[in-house]
Amino acid sequence: MGAARPGRPAAPAAPDQGPPPGRPPAHRPAPGARPPGPPPPGGALIEASGLAAGYGGRIIWSGADFGIGAGEFLTVLGSNGAGKSTLLRMVLGLLAPAAGTLRVFGAPPQRGNPAIGYVPQRRALDPDLAISAEDIVGLGVDGHRWGVRLSRRAGRERREAVASALAAVGAAGYARRAVGRLSGGEQQRLQLAQALVTRPRLLLLDEPLASLDLRSQQEVSQLVAELRAELGFAVVLVTHDINPVLSVTDRVMYIAGGGVSVGTPDEVITSENLSRLYQAEVEVLSDSRGRMFVVGLEAETTHPHSPASPAGAQP
Amino acid sequence: MIAALSAQVPGFTPGPGWNVVADVQDMLSFAFMRNAFAAGTASAIVAGLIGYFVVLRESSFAAHAISHIGFAGAAGAVLLGFSPVLGVAVLSLVASGAMGALGQRLRGRDVVIGLIMAASLGLGYLFISLYTGNAQNAYSILFGQIFGITTGAVQITAVTSVIVLAVLAAIFRPLLFSSLDEEVAQARGIRVRAIGIGFMLLMALAVSEAVQVSGVLLIFALLVAPGAIAERVARRPAAALAVSGGLAVLITWVSLALSYYTPYPVSFYVTSLAFVLYLAARAWSAWARRAGRRLALPWQRHHDAGMQARETATVRT
Repeated sequence: MGAARPGRPAAPAAPDQGPPPGRPPAHRPAPGARPPGPPPPGGALIEASGLAAGYGGRIIWSGADFGIGAGEFLTVLGSNGAGKSTLLRMVLGLLAPAAGTLRVFGAPPQRGNPAIGYVPQRRALDPDLAISAEDIVGLGVDGHRWGVRLSRRAGRERREAVASALAAVGAAGYARRAVGRLSGGEQQRLQLAQALVTRPRLLLLDEPLASLDLRSQQEVSQLVAELRAELGFAVVLVTHDINPVLSVTDRVMYIAGGGVSVGTPDEVITSENLSRLYQAEVEVLSDSRGRMFVVGLEAETTHPHSPASPAGAQP
Repeated sequence: MIAALSAQVPGFTPGPGWNVVADVQDMLSFAFMRNAFAAGTASAIVAGLIGYFVVLRESSFAAHAISHIGFAGAAGAVLLGFSPVLGVAVLSLVASGAMGALGQRLRGRDVVIGLIMAASLGLGYLFISLYTGNAQNAYSILFGQIFGITTGAVQITAVTSVIVLAVLAAIFRPLLFSSLDEEVAQARGIRVRAIGIGFMLLMALAVSEAVQVSGVLLIFALLVAPGAIAERVARRPAAALAVSGGLAVLITWVSLALSYYTPYPVSFYVTSLAFVLYLAARAWSAWARRAGRRLALPWQRHHDAGMQARETATVRT
């Protein structure tokens, strides 16, 4: 509870609202119907125009026009069931777009692209599972290959890739321990190492901050930001609370009420914009540190699309 | 077993002596014991290796159900004059293929699986009551019939084991990946559903083999216990398979020998040994955990406790 109250330990650094130094102003598609802009500098990793998501003929959201450039950090926001993870599934090539076009690395999305690292929502592992952390990360190297590993060279390369990925996420200390006995935070670092072991250009993170306490949320978002600076991959991070990643994200994508709005946090997370998306009266408040809180207003007229739990709102 | 034998065979030493080699030679001088050891070993290796993945995939209930559905097949085959093991193989392959195809949709459908399982047992019982021949045949499907196995059945069992092991080796890594983390495996391009169906078919073959040793009702012991022990104690996947397969073979060998020297059935020893070994593994891993904690430096202990406290204290609404 109380995700961002002053006076708690490890308060976040003051968010850097502008684009990072040395980076041109972020590509900024205005909400609503708008032709896709020029691809972001550095070659677009993801380009979407008129993109809609849905299953079995039912549209969850539509009208998304955006691009993600190399090394960019995009945070995808929205309440539960808004279709945030659906976007990741489409980028991974596991689900076809319901409408519009989506291009990943300049081509239609393809399953099993090693240039994409994927960390799904954390789930509890069997506490009895004695397999070592190393072997879990090693699945990212050759877990998709047929047959058994016979070549000694492949084994050495695998060990090296695993060791460097574990070191990168700060998990080298428990490389040989049983994964079932590791804490949730430690298991999450292994997931991250497993995703990074192929040296991806794009990292997809699904709710990496969910069910973490405030301090761990800060640690995870800092770790992702540091790895991005070091390894140069782009990040698409799904969350329902912007504040832990406010200081590291370049742009946000807000999914609500069947619509999508993309831009810098200051552009997207405004009372007017979110009220339009939610089709309900919503107010954005910010505190002295620039943290943003979305609160639903108890309007006189109830609306069928009133937000149950808007992103960033405090319970 | 031995009492009946020593009455018939002149010069036969009843009971085990101190010379283990001589005892084993005694035992293997009988063709039925050689057949039992050959078929038991072949099916135990397969049951152990498949069992590790059964535990990783948390599909032990499905394995149990498949064996019971196989019972209806066995009883039907006996009624029609075919080999009961053939009946088990056919019906369990069909059932496991269907379960594999349903895949994710079957998760949490324990009630449906359980009802199909009970209906199959009932159907099998009907077939048995319709069958006018030797009722012993049906009894042996339920509780195992390893001492009665024919040389032809031994050969079929061995060939089946080789096929299962070859397929398992081919799909080993994608199977391990999708058993441990299905979502990431799918994102990495693994056809998790096809792998799931393939695994269920392998499991059906393993069940058909193991039914000969432990019977339909007691198959759980041979198929799940070694895998569950391996999951707890082995750090590397290869080591886990070695532990799981090795324990299954050990359980089968010791059970065959004990049953040879005592009047009690093989499947009783299989289930008891599996249970005792599983308890021992639990005790061992609990002890190792406690010892490991005691060995940790004070600040490490503090760190671990802090991590756990943080994990539990964070329930966001």
